[in-house]
Amino acid sequence: MSESDLSKAELPLWEIFVRGQHGLNHRHVGSLHAADAEMAINNARDVYTRRNEGVSIWAVESSRIAASSPSDKEPLFDPANSKVYRHPSFFDIPDEAGSM
Amino acid sequence: MSSSNQTHSESGASPFEFLLQMGDNCLILAHRNSQWCGHGPALEEDIAIANISLDLIGQTQLWLGLAGEVEGAGRSADDLAYLRDAFDFRNLLLVERPNGDFGLTLMRQFLFDAWHLPMLKGLQQSTDQRVAEIAEKSVREVAYHLERSSDLIVRLGDGSEQSHQRMQSALDELWSYTGEMLDFDDLSPTLVSQGMVPQAQGIAEAFNQHVSETLQQATLTQPASEFVRRGGKTGIHSEHLGYVLAEMQFLQRAYPGATW
Repeated sequence: MSESDLSKAELPLWEIFVRGQHGLNHRHVGSLHAADAEMAINNARDVYTRRNEGVSIWAVESSRIAASSPSDKEPLFDPANSKVYRHPSFFDIPDEAGSM
Repeated sequence: MSSSNQTHSESGASPFEFLLQMGDNCLILAHRNSQWCGHGPALEEDIAIANISLDLIGQTQLWLGLAGEVEGAGRSADDLAYLRDAFDFRNLLLVERPNGDFGLTLMRQFLFDAWHLPMLKGLQQSTDQRVAEIAEKSVREVAYHLERSSDLIVRLGDGSEQSHQRMQSALDELWSYTGEMLDFDDLSPTLVSQGMVPQAQGIAEAFNQHVSETLQQATLTQPASEFVRRGGKTGIHSEHLGYVLAEMQFLQRAYPGATW
């Protein structure tokens, strides 16, 4: 393999999720290349937590994520547009309940 | 050690010189690694090696800061880093070796880390409180450096035919520079006997164990040669250090006292 072939041979892509300091959910922060899970975590540590952003890292191989198709956007999401009654905005909230 | 022009006294390196050894190792290796910034083989490696450089520069500030304090001549960490000449540096020859390909850089990092971690663990027990505190601050960073470099040595050693060959030739090229780390003959005997510095033997055992286990996993062959290149710890350097310093010290030499 020549130098240029080698540099074209990309390692698999991983999606990185980091949990911040304050007990929040893991949040997607970006993606990176790595040969396996251990390397993905190591790389994520260097790429995404170097300014003390997190206390926990999840890495998921990008190809393992199932995603909705952009062309399905209308059938998937439009029907919910016209259904205001699905929002809990038609209840009278007793004063005793305070603000919700 | 009967020659009168030895760069250190006949009783061996002083506490000041020992602190220079620790600081100069970090400084020169950090500079070498920083030369990869923007040139790494992959974005992730580029960022990782720059991070390691920054960790080591942080440690340099602590070691050289204390060295200046111990010397008592009013020199700051910056003065020691930027205004000394090559023969006043006390770093190992290993860390001034040229970067070569990324495999050689990684092998140099791995061999250094494998010594650095047990050394810092030993120094955490130092009878000099200030030394123990610097070791305490550095040891977690260095534990990560070793974890990362060991991981990559195994991956590349036990990787493709080409990566295996490159890692083996890197190991063969650098092996004779490891011996200098493992003996403390250059140190004043009182440094060790008073407990400021740990015993050389324990550090060497930890180094040998970790290195031979990792190399075995990486399917690499530990060179049999016991030839050891020495000199860095007493200020006798290869020509490479001069080039490193010329680049690193240029600004302070050309514009003395320049600040941001």
